[in-house]
Amino acid sequence: MTLAASNRSPILRVAMSRDDLMMRLGVVLFAVVLLVIVGLPLWSLLAKAFEDRDGKFVGLANYVSYFSTPALFDSALNSLHVAAVCTLIVVPLAFFYAYALTRTVLPVRWLFQGISLIPIFAPSLLPGLALVYLFGNQGFFKGALGGPIYGFDGIVIAQIFYCFPHATLILVTALTTADARLYEAADALGASKLRVFFTVTLPGAKYGLISAALVVFTMVITDFGIAKVIGGNFNVLATDVYKQVIGQQNFSMGAVVGMVLLAPAAIAFLVDRVVQRKQVALLTARAVPLIPKPKLGRDLFFTAFCTVVAAGILVILGMAAWGSLIKYWPYNLSLTLANYDFTNFDASGWDSYFNSVEMAVGAAVFGTTLMFVGAWLNEKTREFYLMRGIVQFLAFLPMAVPGLVLGLGYIFFFNAPNNPLNFLYATMGILVVNTVAHFYTVGHLTATTALKQIDPEFESVSASLKVPVWRTFGRVTAPICLPAILDIAIYLFVNGMTTVSSVIFLYSSDTKLASVAAVNIEESGATAVAAALCIVIVITSAAVKTLHVLADRFLLGRLQAWRRR
Amino acid sequence: MTIFATMRRAAVLGGVALAAIAISGAAFAQKTKLTVYTAIENEQLDPFKKAFEADNPTIEIAWVRDSTGVMTAKLIAEKDNPRADVIWGLAASSVGLMAGMGMIEPYTPANAAALKPIFKSGKSPETWVGMDAFLAVVCFNTAEAKKGNKPTPTSWADLIKPEYKDSIVMPNPASSGTGYLTIAGWLTIMGEEAGWKFMDALHQNVSQYLHSGSAPCVQAAKGERLIGIGFDMRGATEKTKGAPIDLIVPKEGLGWEMEATAIVKGTKNLDAAKKLADWASSPKANELYGKYYAIVANPTVKSMPPNYPADGEKLMAKVDVDWMAKNRERILAEWTKRYDGKSAPKAK
Amino acid sequence: MSHLEVRNLSKRYGDFTALGDISLDIAEGEFVCFLGPSGCGKTTLLRAIAGLDPQSSGTIHQKGRDISALPPSKRDFGIVFQSYALFPNLTVVDNVGYGLVSRREGKAAVGRRVTELLTLVGLPDAGPKYPAQLSGGQQQRVALARALATSPGLLLLDEPLSALDARVRLRLRHEIKALQRTLGVTTIMVTHDQEEALTMADRIVVMNQGAIEQVGTPQEIYRRPATAFVADFVGSMNFLAGTLVAPDKVKVDGFTFDCTAQDGLAPGAKVALCIRPEDVRVRDLPTDIANRVAVEVAELDFVGAFCRATLKVQGTADVAMTADFSSNLIRDLGVELGRKLDVALPPDRLRVFAA
Repeated sequence: MTLAASNRSPILRVAMSRDDLMMRLGVVLFAVVLLVIVGLPLWSLLAKAFEDRDGKFVGLANYVSYFSTPALFDSALNSLHVAAVCTLIVVPLAFFYAYALTRTVLPVRWLFQGISLIPIFAPSLLPGLALVYLFGNQGFFKGALGGPIYGFDGIVIAQIFYCFPHATLILVTALTTADARLYEAADALGASKLRVFFTVTLPGAKYGLISAALVVFTMVITDFGIAKVIGGNFNVLATDVYKQVIGQQNFSMGAVVGMVLLAPAAIAFLVDRVVQRKQVALLTARAVPLIPKPKLGRDLFFTAFCTVVAAGILVILGMAAWGSLIKYWPYNLSLTLANYDFTNFDASGWDSYFNSVEMAVGAAVFGTTLMFVGAWLNEKTREFYLMRGIVQFLAFLPMAVPGLVLGLGYIFFFNAPNNPLNFLYATMGILVVNTVAHFYTVGHLTATTALKQIDPEFESVSASLKVPVWRTFGRVTAPICLPAILDIAIYLFVNGMTTVSSVIFLYSSDTKLASVAAVNIEESGATAVAAALCIVIVITSAAVKTLHVLADRFLLGRLQAWRRR
Repeated sequence: MTIFATMRRAAVLGGVALAAIAISGAAFAQKTKLTVYTAIENEQLDPFKKAFEADNPTIEIAWVRDSTGVMTAKLIAEKDNPRADVIWGLAASSVGLMAGMGMIEPYTPANAAALKPIFKSGKSPETWVGMDAFLAVVCFNTAEAKKGNKPTPTSWADLIKPEYKDSIVMPNPASSGTGYLTIAGWLTIMGEEAGWKFMDALHQNVSQYLHSGSAPCVQAAKGERLIGIGFDMRGATEKTKGAPIDLIVPKEGLGWEMEATAIVKGTKNLDAAKKLADWASSPKANELYGKYYAIVANPTVKSMPPNYPADGEKLMAKVDVDWMAKNRERILAEWTKRYDGKSAPKAK
Repeated sequence: MSHLEVRNLSKRYGDFTALGDISLDIAEGEFVCFLGPSGCGKTTLLRAIAGLDPQSSGTIHQKGRDISALPPSKRDFGIVFQSYALFPNLTVVDNVGYGLVSRREGKAAVGRRVTELLTLVGLPDAGPKYPAQLSGGQQQRVALARALATSPGLLLLDEPLSALDARVRLRLRHEIKALQRTLGVTTIMVTHDQEEALTMADRIVVMNQGAIEQVGTPQEIYRRPATAFVADFVGSMNFLAGTLVAPDKVKVDGFTFDCTAQDGLAPGAKVALCIRPEDVRVRDLPTDIANRVAVEVAELDFVGAFCRATLKVQGTADVAMTADFSSNLIRDLGVELGRKLDVALPPDRLRVFAA
């Protein structure tokens, strides 16, 4: 018997090839991994927002009590205020710096580029310490700001230092992709330089500017390290989390603030998503690269500009370096190397430094593999939209999450007695996993962008040639994306060296990290020693980055002969 | 030397190394590893560990150390699957909180009877036993005082005088346990009404509420501030390092807190944990505490670490620890409403 | 026997129908072009045949085997994309041998086959180079060699020539066609270039809006377009609006033209009377010739080998048509702007479509 025969032929279900099956299985597996390292830990803390201190479900009671506290609005307003001001300062500053690096002829351009990266290598403690040395009540330029450094001014200056390289990196990329033909056209039409700038340069970098603004905004909103050291009485949402969780062990309230904190960051990243989607179309146009020609007046101006900015960065770094050599600030300014003998100040001494290096290397290796393979699976799997959407969402989540929230979530999730993964707890492994999760978003985005730039038909060709996808991944996709893969690894290493807020809950007796030790040492009053440890971290990361650049130029250059025409 | 000879040598060396690892591993295996959570100062970790292990060669201490707030948060978050065997050197109020949550294994250590009564939980068997007490003192920078021609304060009442405007820092009680014990001390000594009135006045002179109990004396020591109200021991060690500060115990009395020892319920090494609890309350241990703190649990141990204020113990406020714990949320809410919310504009 | 049988193939994206009920047979060894404007569904059909974007419904049989639901890797085809999709980090040899290596053929055998293929596409010395070191045309040949390496039963070409400049494109047209004839491989090529389709294909499938308009040899498509769309899309065509007054007579603004008998249309129907510019006769007109009209030369465009004239039909308001005149004819008849002359529209060259 046939049921009412449809006049349409039945919908076709295409059998999956072994490749398709493998890819989908991979995506599912990857989604499970992300769920385990991001989703579930976060949920296990954020769920507490709906419980009282004894774990009873109380619905929205915590939200009601939090929102009825006037302090919230102060903190929220302060957070928005400081984030807005930082964004308004950092983005133009970074834009002109990036403009100078890409569109003008600078002497020692590589040096200016290198200096702009330095803040990425530094723990967020470093600018705080340096600013106290510079503008504190005993500082070299005390009173120069017309008020105390502690509070709004301090946060803004430290955040500018801290966020500047991130914005610069994004904007350099945005300005590098410019099409020289547009400028030739504008020149031919006799447009004035100012008009060219506003009609060609700015619109061309529009997406980069939006991205940079969102990144800076989110970083400032979620960071508590700077606000804690130099924020004074200036309450922000991130310090509110600190007060609830560390000060009062009130996880429910901490979770509530954590949720509130997610909102602006999540909105920022939704906007970014929309913008990024449009940008892909923009990049597909075949552009002719722009090579700046020397022009004396402009080049002099931008050299001066970059010198001032680079000097600012170097003064902060130099101040920390000098501070690390001082015997007893400010009453005994004689110099000593004793502050570098960390064993005298922290039982784990130099061990914590080597732990950090081990952890950072682990995060770089494990994280890069996971991020690249994961992004590849998610980009190259056919259809399967729902699962891929879930993966994309999970990969975006970490950027919006303050480290304290993620770290506590890790305790609740990974330490649960019935979690089969609880053997990981209190090992180096969990620090690696946590760091990878904490910095997941940027690595995932880098990998995805790199994958989007290669021809989508490679997989089709491979299928027609009956070559399994994993073979094409190994022989073609991964080698082509090698620069992006190395970038991700360096990013993870550098962040692994400086991360504090999340791992502070997770280290055990033999896995203490240098970045955490620096915070502990600073708290115990040994400012110079904390500065010394920060400097050692900066040097390590800078050395690794230099190695990367050298390897890129001399070693990989040979392996990548195919890139040359 | 031929390649083969080299290889043979390498193999022999490798074998020796392996054997060495195996032997040391075996020696290791005989020791019980105790995971001890603590908030004692970094420089105390090594001496404490060595002293205990010298008397208990079969036990090895593995420290996990961070600030009081972080360690307390970590312990409570790990409640369902405790990782620590023993808590040795964490604020008694934190340990009391955990005892109330059923996280502590009650045990009266061998030497508990000899200790001063306030250094014990008062339960039978004891949930925790105190080690030493620390005070929220006034750290006064004499060098900066000379420059600014400021008089030395001797009482809390002095601190609300207008000449100290914007020159005082103290810990934010919402972020720091030391901050809370400081204001709980004032409320006890002066009574609630007068206490809040005092804080209203003091607020005019406070330039900043910091997120840590150590920071105020550190900032005073470095001349960042004239006066820091905070953790005494930090002030004393800074002074020993050469800071021009005096530690002043205000004559009205002051808030204080103990560091305590307790066994974590669910430990797999209960016997070893008990040995540590016994040792931690012994006279020998108290002498060790006495190297760093002026006030220790054992009344027979006379201690006076360098640069410590002399008469602190006499002036310790009669603080009711239970009252402190029960009223914490209310007091913090009140404090936050009065000072934290509106302190922001002042920073600018 | 057909190499490929497509039956009732449809592809829908939500409410949008990209392909509607397509049925098509392609013979063994045939060279078929899918021709149509962009968005007509030709690439969608090709990708459905390859299994890259499977159809929503319908069946595809290749050599009698039902491949409708098979993934690309289980089908038997080689493919060349508009972007070539050459692996940039592999040498030409590795690119061409890419599908061979995984078949576990001996290294020497693979080497021989690659050399053979490179010789076949005329690049015997390009082996050690990387794609970036080759010109566009050379890259296209490498892509072709790679697609042919595994001796597929079906070769799919997706706009393979559109990224190349005109001269290279012309040369490659002939080379691909010659290669296809030598190898006898059944080939489907997608293109929007009618000239490319007319010169290369054995048969052309003209598509529009997700449906097939006509299937036929290039001559059939050009000479006897089945629909107004095909008539308009392939080559140039004059459309004169008129009315069918008898089965073989169309009235256009007072003039009645003879044409072949139209069975499908009822008298009185609005129609378009069509003629190609080169079919307009002007030389040696017998006096009794059918469909003779007087015209005036209104425009004259020099196109190179010939001139395209716009002719206004005398005695009408705005009926006009274009006609192609050779240079000789222009010289012989003294054609110039404003010149009046008689032309004839041969009835067997006229096409009539419902308007």
